[in-house]
Amino acid sequence: MAVTGIILFGFVLVHMLGNLKMYLGADHLAEYGEFLRHVGEPAIPAYGVLWIARIVLLASVVFHIWAAWSLTRMAKAARPARYEYKEKNHTTYASRTMRWGGVILVLFIIFHLLDLTVGSVNPAFTEGRPFENMVASFRVWYVALFYILANLALGLHLYHGVWSLFQSLGWNHPRFNAWRSWFAHGFAWIITLGNISFPLAVLFGFVGK
Amino acid sequence: MDLILHIWRQTGPSAPGKMVKYEVKGVNEHSSFLEMLDVLNEQLVTRGDEPVAFDHDCREGICGSCGFMINGEAHGPQPATTVCQLHMRHFKTGDELHLEPWRSRAFPIVKDLMVDRGSFDRIIQAGGFITVSTGSAPEANLTPVPKPIADQAFDAAQCIGCGACVAQCPNGAAQLFTSAKVGHLNLLPQGQAERYDRALSMVEAMEQEGFGYCSNFAECEAVCPKGISIDFIARMNRDYIKAKAFGSAKTAVKA
Amino acid sequence: MKLDAKVPSGPLETKWLDHRDHLKLVNPANKRKFTILVVGSGLAGGAAAASFGELGYNVKCFCFQDTPRRAHSIAAQGGINAAKNYHNDGDSIFRLFYDTVKGGDFRAREANVHRLAELSVNIIDQCVAQGVPFAREYGGLLDNRSFGGAQVARTFYARGQTGQQLLLGAYQALERQIGAGTVKMFPRTEMLDLVVEDGRAVGIITRDLVTGKLERHAGHAVVLATGGYSNVYYLSTNAKGSNVTAAWRAHRRGALFANPCFTQIHPTCIPASGDYQSKLTLMSESLRNDGRIWVPKKAGDTRSPDQIPEGERDYYLERKYPAFGNLVPRDVAARNAKTVVDEGLGVGPQKNGVYLDFSDSIRRLGRATIAERYGNLFEMYDKITGENPYAVPMRIYPAPHYTMGGLWVDYDLMSNIPGLFVLGEANFSDHGANRLGASALMQGLADGYFVIPYTIGDYLAPSLNKPVSDDTPAFRATEADVRDRVSMMLAINGKRTADSFHRQLGRIVWDYCGIARTAGGLQKALQLIPELQQEFWKDLKLVGGADGVNQEIEKAGRVSDYFELAELMCRDALDREESCGGHLREEHQTPDGEALRNDEEFSYVAAWEWTGGGSAPNLHKEPLEFDAVKPSQRSYK
Ligand SMILES: Cc1cc2nc3c(=O)[nH]c(=O)nc-3n(C[C@H](O)[C@H](O)[C@H](O)COP(=O)(O)OP(=O)(O)OC[C@H]3O[C@@H](n4cnc5c(N)ncnc54)[C@H](O)[C@@H]3O)c2cc1C
Ligand code: HEM
Ligand code: HEM
Ligand code: SF4
Ligand code: F3S
Ligand code: FES
Repeated sequence: MAVTGIILFGFVLVHMLGNLKMYLGADHLAEYGEFLRHVGEPAIPAYGVLWIARIVLLASVVFHIWAAWSLTRMAKAARPARYEYKEKNHTTYASRTMRWGGVILVLFIIFHLLDLTVGSVNPAFTEGRPFENMVASFRVWYVALFYILANLALGLHLYHGVWSLFQSLGWNHPRFNAWRSWFAHGFAWIITLGNISFPLAVLFGFVGK
Repeated sequence: MDLILHIWRQTGPSAPGKMVKYEVKGVNEHSSFLEMLDVLNEQLVTRGDEPVAFDHDCREGICGSCGFMINGEAHGPQPATTVCQLHMRHFKTGDELHLEPWRSRAFPIVKDLMVDRGSFDRIIQAGGFITVSTGSAPEANLTPVPKPIADQAFDAAQCIGCGACVAQCPNGAAQLFTSAKVGHLNLLPQGQAERYDRALSMVEAMEQEGFGYCSNFAECEAVCPKGISIDFIARMNRDYIKAKAFGSAKTAVKA
Repeated sequence: MKLDAKVPSGPLETKWLDHRDHLKLVNPANKRKFTILVVGSGLAGGAAAASFGELGYNVKCFCFQDTPRRAHSIAAQGGINAAKNYHNDGDSIFRLFYDTVKGGDFRAREANVHRLAELSVNIIDQCVAQGVPFAREYGGLLDNRSFGGAQVARTFYARGQTGQQLLLGAYQALERQIGAGTVKMFPRTEMLDLVVEDGRAVGIITRDLVTGKLERHAGHAVVLATGGYSNVYYLSTNAKGSNVTAAWRAHRRGALFANPCFTQIHPTCIPASGDYQSKLTLMSESLRNDGRIWVPKKAGDTRSPDQIPEGERDYYLERKYPAFGNLVPRDVAARNAKTVVDEGLGVGPQKNGVYLDFSDSIRRLGRATIAERYGNLFEMYDKITGENPYAVPMRIYPAPHYTMGGLWVDYDLMSNIPGLFVLGEANFSDHGANRLGASALMQGLADGYFVIPYTIGDYLAPSLNKPVSDDTPAFRATEADVRDRVSMMLAINGKRTADSFHRQLGRIVWDYCGIARTAGGLQKALQLIPELQQEFWKDLKLVGGADGVNQEIEKAGRVSDYFELAELMCRDALDREESCGGHLREEHQTPDGEALRNDEEFSYVAAWEWTGGGSAPNLHKEPLEFDAVKPSQRSYK
């Protein structure tokens, strides 16, 4: 769980940073896409690195979901009879929404791939023109809204996920325990704000006019 | 004050159970929660009904016998308080309280609010001790223990084994209980020789008993009557991962 | 019957060592052929069972709680004494021995107490090695404090939870043996009788508290470590389940019960707040260091304490004992509190307490200092009473706390029934008529870790290869007795709960055999108790059957024994025409109200023999001789 969590966490961070190129203009983003497709050439054939990354990513997601699924089942098995009076919650909303948050994320990812990678749900989709595809997508208010909501869910998931990761790996020490929490907050916010800025920017016409 | 209680009644381990409603009148605000149940039981017995079975002994918050859910909270609404130390002045007339036993596969219900926490003992059997037979101990002051370490070990050692952590954990995990014992012994110089074996075998025992997996909800810490910190869970994970990765014997030699 | 304490000859300092050297041994390979039944998993029983297991004996251990870790020892707060002399303040084995004998008001056996003092140092070593997190100084070495008025700092402590930490140490050692298979644990199991065959203890009958089933357990020796009987008073500082049943049923089978009237009443407990009160909570004695005890001068004064001017308050301890003031010993403080409350001067809604006032200390030292010294106690008080002791004076009142009396044992901790050993608070041995603070934990662990593992071998060795069986006439008869007793209680079908009888009995014992006793009162109690007992056997109400969990049966069984014990306590108290330690006979006081001992006539252990419910018990006397310490009269003026 923790290992896949780190990979996924690393990916969303890099992905968000990459997407920031959007603010530099359509061609920058396209170039970046192109770069990703051809990185390592000629030592590695085109799309090589990209596919390796895709495979690692896919494996991580699959494993992550499998782990989440089996842990959820373990949790259910550990308490076969539920409480008649629902348990009170004492801790963060984030920690309690990891499972549903994860499901939202999967749905989002599927939609997102169909939207911007495969293009099947995006009528204006053009291969190799990510900027234009994105703008086309985000112009539709409910698509933009979905992106925003999904990314808020991502933020929560990451916030608890990152903090939890420290705990699961036993990286704690009185001296940096406070720092752990700042770190989790900081990164969750950076990624969420970064990601949310894209649909907002399009929606309010700062980008892609 | 007058209260309405809904109490889980179950005659035996395999019998079906259900919530039963009772009205208790004239509860004194200075009585403890268990004394309030004593009064109810006395009334039940006098009219020929079976009293509500619940575990208790010291009634001072130290033995760890007592404990059940009150409106979805292990040991009820007061922080750092066992039900035997919870007083009725924290409730008010007309309150409806739902009392349920700890629910966990590893804590089978014995009767009503009483559960079998033998799984905790078996976790301790797996490594919650320092191997030192009677008579073989060296002079006590031979090994100084830095005060901060001794204090930290004490914080963990305060666990009363009540099971509230498991009861409240959405995963039904016993990490807080187990890590409290691992933390107590693994911090002390006396516990170093068996440090990594202890972490390995206690975590494995915990899994075998059918407790859930910890995904760091921290609910346990919130209800623990002794305020045991989830920092001990991280500590235990660290020792466990090290032992898993490098082998317990090797890690012990290195450490 | 001649009582032989079997105290070894030779000088006091070497008695134990010499004795040890001459005890018979059981060959390591043969140990597993012996089954030892240990009833109780507190400090005494837990330590014994673990140590037997380590030695290789085949052990069965029993407790009524759901796990051995919850034995009542867990609740001890203050600390444990040991003559380590780490403070270089002149402590020594002799001094600890001396203080304990003197503290017991010269009613304990010298040799036992000396051994206890010798072993105290090993206990600390053992516990530290087990990982007991005792308080430490900044250098990393063990810290000590002075406790209960001792002149030296010899008390080892673990915050306010010393008993808990020591018990967990023993519990962990025990669990290690359970895991290793040498000890089989029977939690939620109550011993209901002792099986005696040819004059020897050969087993016990238990009731499984989950299924209700009666079971027979046979062993080569039976070790009782079942704690004290303060709950005879109903309200005490003991855990609710603490009981006399195991010891009492052994008494009914022939074991002598020694000094039953020696009970300790602790002066600083939180008073009862109503009829529903189920137990009393101890507040550490240390509070008397900075709190001033007073009551209003006028009976029935209903003003709040801050409205009562200085001149209308009676600081009665300071007035009567100017030298010691609020720091007089436990029994003196307890007795005086009772006197003022009986005079109608009690405070609080029930008029059943005296004030322990910190306002002067807070003014003098500042709130912060007081918080630092007693913060957690103040919090506990606040939690229980809902009152803030920084703002209003605490209310305190004495409560039964410890019982020095118990089953009679010889130097080897064996009762007069061969094969029946008794350890910890359940025996009578080391504290005489009064126990010093921090010495019960010491005694339980000394008995369990360092005495019984040696002495039991001496008893067992001759019976090698003699198998034990639970299918004998004695077992069958004893089991039938137990079954009849349970059925008899179930058949009564009266109107009153076991608790209601217990409460009423407790009141009688408290009134007439509590802090202060008189011949008249004791005689009255001896009349009231059997009356109530008869009513119990006519009007008890139980619900449910003998099968499955039935906490009412558990309670009723215990109460039925308390009646018999209460009677014996009163008889013993009546018989002992002197005052000593916790036993104050109002007829025997010095002109200024001090306990007046009568060494000429009463320097003995009173060991009572059961002669059947109907007839008066037989008294056997074990004379006490004092060679190393000369009895003296205490004075706190
Ligand atoms: C509030 C409080 C504070 C104290 N503080 C101190 C202190 O600071 N220092 C000090 O030295 N002493 C202190 N004491 C006294 C001390 O704690 C006890 O005397 C001591 O712990 C008794 O230990 P034990 O092993 O003899 O019995 P316990 O710990 O009482 O154990 C009795 C065992 O016997 C079992 N048992 C009982 N009856 C049966 C039965 N019929 N069948 C099966 N099992 C049975 C129980 O399950 C339990 O396991 C304190 C006592 C109290 C009440
Ligand atoms: C179906 C989709 C998902 C589900 C069901 C899911 C579920 C979970 C659950 C239950 C946890 C907590 C496990 C624990 O703390 O041990 C978790 C942790 C985590 N998740 Fe997800 N998740 C999903 C998708 C994602 C995605 C897409 C990312 C990355 C962006 C991600 C990143 C993380 C991280 C970093 C952790 C922390 C790992 C740890 O604590 O060990 N998750 N996830
Ligand atoms: C608003 C925020 C986001 C924007 C603007 C965005 C944008 C894009 C774009 C433009 C692509 C196509 C790149 C290309 O084909 O060249 C892409 C691909 C992808 N995105 Fe996002 N994305 C966002 C959030 C996310 C999130 C939160 C996740 C995962 C949790 C994610 C996962 C992916 C994946 C897996 C791909 C496919 C990469 C590949 O080609 O293999 N994206 N994204
Ligand atoms: S960790 Fe806390 S909640 Fe869990 S058993 Fe120990 S004391 Fe109870
Ligand atoms: S609540 Fe449960 S998930 Fe872990 S942090 Fe506590 S055990
Ligand atoms: S009864 Fe002992 S902790 Fe509550």
